[in-house]
Amino acid sequence: MTTAHDTSEAAARAAAEGPADPLVIADRRFGSRLITGTGGAPSMQVLEEALQVSGTELTTVAMRRATPGSDGSVWDVLDRNGIAPLPNTAGCFTAADAVRTARLGREALGTDWVKLEVVADERTLLPDPVELLDAAERLVDEGFTVLPYTNDDPVLARRLEQVGCAAVMPLAAPIGSGLGIRNPHNLELIVGQADVPVIVDAGIGTASEAAQAMELGCDAVLLASAVTRAQEPVLMARAMRDAVRAGRAARLAGRIPVRRHAHASSPPADHP
Amino acid sequence: MEVTVNGERRTVAPGTTVGDVVRGLTRASGGVAAALNDDVVPRTAWETTPVAENDRVDVLTAVQGG
Repeated sequence: MTTAHDTSEAAARAAAEGPADPLVIADRRFGSRLITGTGGAPSMQVLEEALQVSGTELTTVAMRRATPGSDGSVWDVLDRNGIAPLPNTAGCFTAADAVRTARLGREALGTDWVKLEVVADERTLLPDPVELLDAAERLVDEGFTVLPYTNDDPVLARRLEQVGCAAVMPLAAPIGSGLGIRNPHNLELIVGQADVPVIVDAGIGTASEAAQAMELGCDAVLLASAVTRAQEPVLMARAMRDAVRAGRAARLAGRIPVRRHAHASSPPADHP
Repeated sequence: MEVTVNGERRTVAPGTTVGDVVRGLTRASGGVAAALNDDVVPRTAWETTPVAENDRVDVLTAVQGG
């Protein structure tokens, strides 16, 4: 029988140990495996509510030149909700640009974590692998905790890990496309070889795709547009929170093998 | 004297500091960074770092993205 005393002891133990099955990146532990972006929300109020409902503990922001009247409201939203900011280098096309932007993000937000994004062109927004690897190496050398947005290329993912990135973040599909996981086989290869967390970043459109990423063995999902541009962002935030949890549980549970033929779940019939 | 602030030419008074330039653009309480000729100026040095003729000052804020 469980007494109130046992329950409080269990609660104290749980609090001391931190969340069960935490996401561990570098030296930090997170209870939520959903990392969110902040771009594309119809209003700051909707964004804040969506972030709260999603349960996220780590959220990306971009760095842009201030214009008169800039009020820093994204920073305020994250700050008052206790969500850690993850500055990105969105909009950078060269390693030099990305390094400069990362340094400014570190100064602005007081964190040496960076979502490294170095894209090749505006049309595809696909990562430029050569510039990305160069920037990753330079930022690791400067003491940054680097989380690179990368192609779903197992070889590039391995190289990024080798230069010291704290995670690898392969795309499911191009940014904002909502196409879902285009190459699940490559994601499985990346998961199979990586000794750092694998975070699917970009291309997720709906909840089943976030669950699929987790079922494939990814450690977390990063998404923005799928929530912020949904018709009901707050409701989609809840759907994504639940999908990531469900997908993670299914991965840990171990799915049944796929069979070509039926396999009865009831005992064989023995009626006369 | 003339300086470039976020890509635009501008006339400022002699003795202007990085802190003065930042305040002219944003009142944000956090999430702001400044660079002088591409080098980050730590917040603690804003008030003591003067800008000189033809310097480039960039002031960035955290915005929705990613």
